[in-house]
Amino acid sequence: MKRKNPPDKQDEMEQVAGNGLLHRRALLGNTMMAAGVLGSGLGPGATGAAAEPLTEPQWGLEIGENTPPYQTPSPFAKNVVRTLANPKFEPRSSLSRTPHHLLEGSITPNGVHFTINHTGIPLIDPAKHKLLIHGLVKQPQVFTIDALLRYPLHSRPAFVECGGNSAPLFSPKPIQADLQALHGLSSCAEWTGVKLSILLQECGIDPSAKWIIAEGGDAPHLMRSVPLSKGLDDAMIALFQNGEPLMPGNGFPMRLLLPGWEGNLNIKFVRRIKLTADPAMSFWESQVYTEPMPKGKSYNFTFINEVKSFITRPSPGMDLKQRGIYELSGIAYSGRGKITKVMVSADGGKSWAEAALQGPVQSKAFTRFRLPWRWNGSPAILQSRAWDDQGAFQPTRAAFVAERSQLDSEPPVTAFRNHHANVITSWAVSSSGKVVHTYA
Amino acid sequence: MRKLLALCWMVMASPAFAAETPHLGKPVSASDMARWDIDISRDGKWLPPGDGTAAQGAPIFAAKCAVCHGDGGRGTDAAHKGQPAPPVLVSDVKFKPIDGSTTTIANFWPYAPPLFGYIRAAMPWNEPRSLSDHEVYALTAYILAESKLIDPKLVLNAKTLAQVKMPNRDGFLPRFPELMPK
Repeated sequence: MKRKNPPDKQDEMEQVAGNGLLHRRALLGNTMMAAGVLGSGLGPGATGAAAEPLTEPQWGLEIGENTPPYQTPSPFAKNVVRTLANPKFEPRSSLSRTPHHLLEGSITPNGVHFTINHTGIPLIDPAKHKLLIHGLVKQPQVFTIDALLRYPLHSRPAFVECGGNSAPLFSPKPIQADLQALHGLSSCAEWTGVKLSILLQECGIDPSAKWIIAEGGDAPHLMRSVPLSKGLDDAMIALFQNGEPLMPGNGFPMRLLLPGWEGNLNIKFVRRIKLTADPAMSFWESQVYTEPMPKGKSYNFTFINEVKSFITRPSPGMDLKQRGIYELSGIAYSGRGKITKVMVSADGGKSWAEAALQGPVQSKAFTRFRLPWRWNGSPAILQSRAWDDQGAFQPTRAAFVAERSQLDSEPPVTAFRNHHANVITSWAVSSSGKVVHTYA
Repeated sequence: MRKLLALCWMVMASPAFAAETPHLGKPVSASDMARWDIDISRDGKWLPPGDGTAAQGAPIFAAKCAVCHGDGGRGTDAAHKGQPAPPVLVSDVKFKPIDGSTTTIANFWPYAPPLFGYIRAAMPWNEPRSLSDHEVYALTAYILAESKLIDPKLVLNAKTLAQVKMPNRDGFLPRFPELMPK
């Protein structure tokens, strides 16, 4: 291996951006480099304290618990749960948010996948559930689950993100909330189902059809309009989520999956798909999922969730207890395609280093990024910024506010005053190690 | 072997092969479908027969809707405090750019017929699809009249509802024009 620097300069060489960001290879794979960094007195040895004496813990001396048919997380992981916006189930929508800061990798476990249900979670008997496809088709047809399970199934990872995820970032001041409150309405699973194009083609698409109106089978019969072209592209009637039947809150027994597109369009409990010439202009697309713009007009049909990223560790509430090496970890995704690059800053955007992307990087799915960082105890501002393979990238705060503007005053953290914020997220680390939300 | 692979590839790529899907859907009769076919086109197409007036809608609203939407649809205390709550339906608030909390039916919705469609499909919250078409017309008339969008005496039906002009009809831009069907 060719080296440009002698080994004793290794540590300096590995600092690739200001305020302690190290090269993405420093803790990955290359043991020589890792050894160089750790050997320079920055690793665990830097704390100076010897490990506690090794003992034989009690759990290794007795019989463990019986095996349950469906296993649930350890009681010691009981904090890895969603936060609920309507815990008393008052007559309004119920939201649950994913604890990104307590998860790793690129797949959201089913139990903590975010959900929004507008009139509770229906208890649907899959044997009686039916999917009707009608409207501008040659032959309207009804499909049962048994029928769909005989079709060619297709699996792919895809994130689902509420259009209102990250809405607190429209506040003129950084709302002091944790990552779960700011970005918890986004999750990623491997979905398995039948490609919608197969079913539409079997029904015979009338040439005048331009849209599909998809309707849920839960109480509000939530309806959204989707261009037919998406229905024929990568849309799926999903039946499985991370290998098991869909969770009730995620649409059991079947949902429309539109990879990369606004969460609300991914109709859960889907029971009807109507091909039409025009969109429905339902409540959800006439008022709820619209984006009022600075000059008075409003965006509608904001189909794509644009490229976004955020650092999950550390994040607000995960204060740093000692100086030294940390791994910055985060999630990036784009509704347009694959993540190609994530840059990370520790000095509020003055300098940037390229993070390592955990492969395989997949289209319209969470991509985990990581970068080693040496915190020397001085204040830092941590940011991540993602690019996708369609040339899109996250806007800076200044660019985002110039285009989309921001509210006059700080809203409640739970409010959705606007949608589709994909601005860079910033965490401030104080000299005492406290991590808070900031703007930079 | 290479020839065989090439042949397999040609068969798989041919349209005839693509059409080999299971065809396990069952035909459905028009009358069965009518029960489920409840969406209303933005231009009023598919509105059902029947009618209703604001005066007929007022007592229905008081009995079945005000508990969540406040008296006259003007919102509950929680909604006025900006807390999570069912939407305010009737308000004089002026639409303020950026702030989605200032949108109302009157100052924002581009079309009126979907209001009928939404009430019929989803309301009341705890008893969806319990209202007759007459009651839905009456409630739609009540909300539109309270919002000063129609004459309070108007008999609302498929024809008159389709004619209601919404002030913000031209207030929207598709975010992704390239994805909008032509």
